[in-house]
Amino acid sequence: MARSIGEVILSVEGISLSFGGVRALADISFDVREHEIRAIIGPNGAGKSSMLNVINGVYVPQQGRVTLRGRTFSHMEPHEVALAGIARTFQSLALFKGMSVLDNIMTGRNLRMKSGLLAQALRLGPAKREEIEHRRFCEQIIDFLGIQAHRKVPVGRLPYGLQKRVDLGRALAMEPSILLLDEPMAGMNTEEKQDMCRFIFDVNDEFGTTIVLIEHDMGVVMDISDRVVVLDYGRKIGDGPPDVVRTDEEVIRAYLGTSH
Amino acid sequence: MGFFLETVIGGLMSGMLYSLVALGFVLIFKASGVFNFAQGAMVLFAALAMARFAEWVPLWTGLQGKLAANLVAFVLAMALMVVVAWLVERLVLGKLVNQEGVTLLMATLGIAYFLDGFGQTLFGSDIYRIDVGLPKEPMFLLESVFEGGVLVGKEDLYAAGIAAALVAALSAFFQFTATGRALRAVADDHQAAQSIGIPLNRIWVVVWSVAGFAALVAGIIWGSKLGVQFSLSLVALKALPVVILGGLTSVPGAIIGGLIIGVGEKLSEVFIGPLLGGGIEIWFGYVLVLFVLLIRPQGLFGERHIDRV
Repeated sequence: MARSIGEVILSVEGISLSFGGVRALADISFDVREHEIRAIIGPNGAGKSSMLNVINGVYVPQQGRVTLRGRTFSHMEPHEVALAGIARTFQSLALFKGMSVLDNIMTGRNLRMKSGLLAQALRLGPAKREEIEHRRFCEQIIDFLGIQAHRKVPVGRLPYGLQKRVDLGRALAMEPSILLLDEPMAGMNTEEKQDMCRFIFDVNDEFGTTIVLIEHDMGVVMDISDRVVVLDYGRKIGDGPPDVVRTDEEVIRAYLGTSH
Repeated sequence: MGFFLETVIGGLMSGMLYSLVALGFVLIFKASGVFNFAQGAMVLFAALAMARFAEWVPLWTGLQGKLAANLVAFVLAMALMVVVAWLVERLVLGKLVNQEGVTLLMATLGIAYFLDGFGQTLFGSDIYRIDVGLPKEPMFLLESVFEGGVLVGKEDLYAAGIAAALVAALSAFFQFTATGRALRAVADDHQAAQSIGIPLNRIWVVVWSVAGFAALVAGIIWGSKLGVQFSLSLVALKALPVVILGGLTSVPGAIIGGLIIGVGEKLSEVFIGPLLGGGIEIWFGYVLVLFVLLIRPQGLFGERHIDRV
């Protein structure tokens, strides 16, 4: 691959998380390098989404820390994580259903809007220019995702596959340096999966965005990711390039052997 | 004909006042997905604060002049509403992020009872006057057209003007500003809103403050008309059918809903009332809403909620 993988940009160390008596994550450590596509895989209930939610700041782990670009923290609020340049998508869609596709994607630009409330409300010169600039950026994303025809449609009315794209679009609008994708291909048919794969690949390639990807579907993951972490019942049982992980015996036993 | 017009205009004016209260409901619902049962209590609380501060400020500072005292009282009352908003976020809503709508609804019921009681503890439970200099005397319009003209209260006219200005400002805020978009986003999905960098807690303080402002304006106008007393918190019951009729998510809907119910109430009281023995005003709004809900469950202007099955 022509892409150049950089230094470690994000790392988690010794993360443990439990809900009441249920252990969701036990002493998990791994790192993510700049520009790579890093996958987290595992059977249902392995703790993949919990891991993502820890990075995202939604869950506070009982132990462990997350280091982002050399800055270590034990907990960050979700909106602070967003400010730090990490965007995410959701497994069960969490779009703003009553708002149009364009408005949903525009919300991703909110952090970057600088003009004052009054100026925006009255559409004064600079505020208007700013709005147009952000709008142009969002239109590029809409083009990229091939959802031009649905711009003004309330998201709740779109079919599932397209909603997934809007979810991705909103995250992209933030121009994140790291993109967390929670099962982007869940519930899709083969064709939709291929489209989504291409989007992920293009984002990684063209914008150099680092991607952390949770996926259930082994085949897809092995094709597109640079390195893979395997979780099972909250423990890490494998970590490495797809070819290595694929042949690891414990992984085969825990994952491939039983549930598929 | 003159009498009919007078009834309609009277209805429009009282409808505008319902709308003002309804506006507070819509604001909070639009921006956080919470149906805020405490809106009526907030109106009472704000009005009490306004009335008492206007009384106390000259005593504390020796400030002369009604206008100055009223202005200072207004600023103080508004500051108090911001504090209330902040406390609501800190102590109640902030603990309930990502919870079901019903949970939040019950929480606002609690807030309503607390504010009712606490307001009276703080400011007393008598009847107080708010006098912001709204003209009381009625005026007569169209005297050349109808015999005796059409009677319109000047106070009502001012109130309608204020309400209209408030609505225009709020609509622009929601539609055109990034913060407005953030507010709508929060209403749809807390988690997603957080993930794109919207600080939920700050947004909630903002929106409860704005709703507090709407409550204060409504409280001042109602208060100067009827006096500030406990029954003021019951105007919320009048606003309830208004918001449901207009659609919970629509600012213009709150206004038009208010006007429809205001006019409908007065007309039915005057023209159907004698046939049924009167008292229609009290239940008219609810019955009207019932019929509207049968045809349009989202209200007249509400966003249609679409769920995929």
